[in-house]
Amino acid sequence: MDGVYDLGGMSGFGEIDIEVNEPVFHEDWEAFAYAAVFLGMGTFNADEYRHAVERIDPTLYLSYSYYERVLAAATTLFVEKGLIPFEDIEQNAAGHVPLARAISKTAGKSILRHTDSFEVGDVVRVRTLHATGHSRAPRYVHGKQGVVTHITPPFRVPDANAHGEEYPAQSTYHVRFDSSELWRDSAEPNTSVVVDLWQMYLEAV
Amino acid sequence: MSNSNENQVPSASQRADALQKALDERKLIPEGFLDDFNVMVTEDWRPENGANVVAKAWLDLEFKTRLLKDGTAACAELGYSGVQGEYIHVLENNPRLQNVVVCTQCSCTAWPILGFPREWYKSPEYRARLVRESRQVLTELGLALPEEVEIRVTDTTAETRFLVLPERPEGTEGWSQEKLAAIVTYESMVGIARVKL
Repeated sequence: MDGVYDLGGMSGFGEIDIEVNEPVFHEDWEAFAYAAVFLGMGTFNADEYRHAVERIDPTLYLSYSYYERVLAAATTLFVEKGLIPFEDIEQNAAGHVPLARAISKTAGKSILRHTDSFEVGDVVRVRTLHATGHSRAPRYVHGKQGVVTHITPPFRVPDANAHGEEYPAQSTYHVRFDSSELWRDSAEPNTSVVVDLWQMYLEAV
Repeated sequence: MSNSNENQVPSASQRADALQKALDERKLIPEGFLDDFNVMVTEDWRPENGANVVAKAWLDLEFKTRLLKDGTAACAELGYSGVQGEYIHVLENNPRLQNVVVCTQCSCTAWPILGFPREWYKSPEYRARLVRESRQVLTELGLALPEEVEIRVTDTTAETRFLVLPERPEGTEGWSQEKLAAIVTYESMVGIARVKL
């Protein structure tokens, strides 16, 4: 989906704060939030989990801390998978608990059935996908050309795996893009970006 | 409900407690699960593991060759493998190339060698800006590089997990692996800093 989570290249963000000697968790509930995700593996898979984070209401997504997003996604999936009634969550919390938004009815239906394979050194273009479900090709490379630098073994295709669809595993390709291809006149000198892309996201040039 | 203002917006901690209670009531949390999780993510998965990998690569050319060819297998030689370490690819820096890793869509990280990612790595600021203005971002973070040095950002958008192999600093000749590992920082293995004495 073309969601707020797909942050790469978005303008307007400020400075990056680095905390010295940062602990893994700042509060105990943060550890529980991620433990709940581990607990849910088997009931839901990693792609369903990532998609649940992506489905959080966009205004909440940006105002939540990282572990609030983790918690909202885990809670949503336990409810959606029928392990816990939503009423129990709100009763326990004594107030409103926002869940992530529902999965799009068209999600996972538009994945490509036939794709080309490529070699290291090939010039490829990223398809302009506009998927309505889970998909991992960031918008900032849609329609852009780059060069294949590395090919991985096959991995499950997230566009299918997040939506309970069977689909053969595919290699991903590390594709290197010159910054000028991505950012045109605003590109910085001598910089590039490598993006790891499933085969079905790519087409020959 | 006695106080409607307080009750409308439960805090994150209250929301987490609400989920935990609901799971507990259905006996969905096995005994010891939360403690085991905490040990794994705070003690087993640490950036010190990645630092050992880097230090060994600096000292042992054959290991470095194996590491660059098959990062997963080379890390496993040192006992570092598992969830989010199933396919590790190592990016080697040199005087004309600085690799930097980001995950623009979430927070993907090689947990067994880097541990859970830091807040700055997961922040919208880092995720939005790095792919577009890496030179400016690195300068703000204290790593101003001349234009002859390419900055290559790698976005962790699929199942490959990345480790940056930083350059060994001068003045460390004759150092032991343990002494070298102690100067390798998390930031240098993500690529926003160099290793310094």
